[in-house]
Amino acid sequence: MRFPGLGPRVHRIDLARLAPLFALAVLFLLSAAASPYFVKLQNLLNILRQVSYTGTIALGMTFVIIGGGIDLSVGSLAAMAGGLAILVINATGAGSSGILLGILTALAVGMAGGALNGVLVSRFRIAPFVATLGTMSIFRSLTLYFVDAGEYRSASEAYRLIGSGSFLGLFVPVWLFLALAAVLQVVLTRTRYGRYVLAVGASEQVARYSAIPVELVRFGTYVITGFAVGVTAVMFGSRLNAISSSNMGLYYEMDAIAAVVIGGTSMAGGAGTVLGTVLGAIILGIINNMLNMLGVSPYLQGMVKGLVIILAVLVQYQAHRRV
Amino acid sequence: MARVPLLQTDGLTMEFSGSCVLRAVSVAVHAGEILGVIGENGAGKSTFLKILAGVYQPTAGAIRVEGRTVQIESPGAARRLGICMVPQEFNLVDSLSVSANVFLGSERTRGVWLDRRAMDGQTAAILKELGADIAPNARVGDLSVAQKQMVEVAKALVHDSRVLILDEPTTVLNATEVEALFRLLRRVRERGVAVLFVSHRLREVKALCDRVLVLRDGDPVALAAVANMSLQDMARSMVGRELTQIFPDKGAAVGRVILEVEGLCVPGLLHDISFAVRGGEILGFAGLVGAGRTELAETLMGLRRSAAGRIRVDGREVAIRTPGDAVRLGLAYLSEDRQGRGLIQGFGVPENITLVSLARYARGLIDRRRERAAAAAHVARLNVRAVSLARAVRYLSGGNQQKVYLAKWLDTEPAVLLLDEPTRGIDVGARIEIYRFIRSLADRGLACVIISSELEEIIGLCTRVVVMRAGRVAGVLSDAQLDEEEIMYYATGLKEGQAA
Repeated sequence: MRFPGLGPRVHRIDLARLAPLFALAVLFLLSAAASPYFVKLQNLLNILRQVSYTGTIALGMTFVIIGGGIDLSVGSLAAMAGGLAILVINATGAGSSGILLGILTALAVGMAGGALNGVLVSRFRIAPFVATLGTMSIFRSLTLYFVDAGEYRSASEAYRLIGSGSFLGLFVPVWLFLALAAVLQVVLTRTRYGRYVLAVGASEQVARYSAIPVELVRFGTYVITGFAVGVTAVMFGSRLNAISSSNMGLYYEMDAIAAVVIGGTSMAGGAGTVLGTVLGAIILGIINNMLNMLGVSPYLQGMVKGLVIILAVLVQYQAHRRV
Repeated sequence: MARVPLLQTDGLTMEFSGSCVLRAVSVAVHAGEILGVIGENGAGKSTFLKILAGVYQPTAGAIRVEGRTVQIESPGAARRLGICMVPQEFNLVDSLSVSANVFLGSERTRGVWLDRRAMDGQTAAILKELGADIAPNARVGDLSVAQKQMVEVAKALVHDSRVLILDEPTTVLNATEVEALFRLLRRVRERGVAVLFVSHRLREVKALCDRVLVLRDGDPVALAAVANMSLQDMARSMVGRELTQIFPDKGAAVGRVILEVEGLCVPGLLHDISFAVRGGEILGFAGLVGAGRTELAETLMGLRRSAAGRIRVDGREVAIRTPGDAVRLGLAYLSEDRQGRGLIQGFGVPENITLVSLARYARGLIDRRRERAAAAAHVARLNVRAVSLARAVRYLSGGNQQKVYLAKWLDTEPAVLLLDEPTRGIDVGARIEIYRFIRSLADRGLACVIISSELEEIIGLCTRVVVMRAGRVAGVLSDAQLDEEEIMYYATGLKEGQAA
């Protein structure tokens, strides 16, 4: 006996999933036609490196948004985690064990900040937008306070190697970005936790009635994002070997949310993929790259990004209505 | 009849991507008539109504209003022609008053000011005429579901609707409220309005309607005066075959007590609830809506906190603080709200079925092959009809969704199954299958509890029935005492105390 469900999957769903890939292909061809420099290996590698910072945060943000939330505090948290990491490195003598401690600090601070967001949202039931707007301000303020609005400067030259080093032709941040993406994609699609995140985002009530620990699942999405923020903080802080307390991480939440939405994850929660977010981040990177190469004013680039986000949501909404 | 019909359809046909869901429906509805529309799920009832309400455009056929051929391009166009559909999900603003809702979008004004007095007056007049006891300045959010429905009807009449369409209005009502709605609809009929009434409950159609249109697989198979059709006739023409027996035989053998509740209290909701259910038994819970039956099930599942009382499972006293605790103890609960609390509408069949029991399928990673195989086995056993299991369950009919919901909880291998309105909004065919399946589960030793507002269903399935009223156990009836009147006596408070 054959069951239809064991056969090929339904095509409509697959088409929707392929939309970001299709968009990326079109964008790639257009860019290649517009500028011969675009397809140069060096340029493509640079694009990948540029997207890996906010792209990594976007991987975590994918979980938060699928779970029905949003996290606006990621940029400030990245600044705080990166800054504190440098303070720890300097305080421990800037040796290799100091660097290791610094990295652990960044990850711990990121996860603690995420945990704070998670508690506010799931335990105290504050709307995610409001809770993370508050912590965004708190994290930034602390970051400025510790160094009197100045710079966190690392005393270790070796720390720099993480951010600017490369391995097998790809920059280290790109490897970290892709590795974390692969892990999180598996977590989302193949583990109980991932299934629960999708269920909680799709319907909190159904999840609760299905004996899923809704609060814990939601909490986890913010901790994952905090971890990703910690990774980005290390990648960025080590690249420049310094963190600017006022500029680090500005508008990161914007880039991260944009990558998630362009990648096809529903802003309403309950549906989305990590791989889509990777594609979304790369699409954003190519758009930025093209705008630079075409000589568009950097002041207008934010406008283009905004338009792309609105367009992506509009396309999602239309696709949803057609069903 | 010599009169020109108020609304008439000629060969109305509807095709969706090549498949015909409605075939040549010709029917005339006269002013002051209530026409019942019945059929199994997917028979084309909703499509038919939606064409009349301007939601769909027919592939072929014509609609005439008072003899004039019309195009109904949109719900707005339908309203302008005097055709109004009372939606199942009400279009009411909870924070506004009744009269503000009735006149929403067509407010009466004096200059730039709202003429609240005129609106309140007209609303009060129409509600009085309909015999609905609702104050025009009451906040809609404070009204019961039944009252909201009446406000919707009043809204339609204020806008001079001549054809009123109600799609399964009674599924959300209890017996008393259904009576009130029927009284109201009869008054609507007296005003010369034509009413189209859809229901799964044939008894209601028999009681309310003048004529009935039966649809089967998109075909109009019967159109006759209700007086000339028995309930059996209606059921037979809906299903297209003889329905020998709706309810399975009641099982005789009952095992040991599996779930025992003693003195359970939830402040403000449940008071001193005690009962026991045995393996192999199907225990019924009857009562009016709001009697606390759903709240009782939710408390047993750890979804609500109890303040006092003991719960024993298999003779052992247990503490249930979370739904997880309840599941580990072998309790399973199918909520009455299949869409909002039962299934993730965007998930496929396997993902829904394994949602509670997912730990069994995951050793680190989820074994999706095993997950699909388990789902396929459930689907075969419960006779779920689905084009593809991977497809989102929102595309399944109500009956098939209910079967998937049942499978989801059976996959937890429960010892106690709590079913809340398990056949609401489900057609006769699927209903019979579900009854038989519940019986077979009881025969395998499960303790089943059925909460239902359909007394027929409770009496047909159960040998023992707990009647609840206002959060208390009003009485426990069994065998010979089981009839609808007796249950209603206890449910409404005319009789009190444990019957023998």
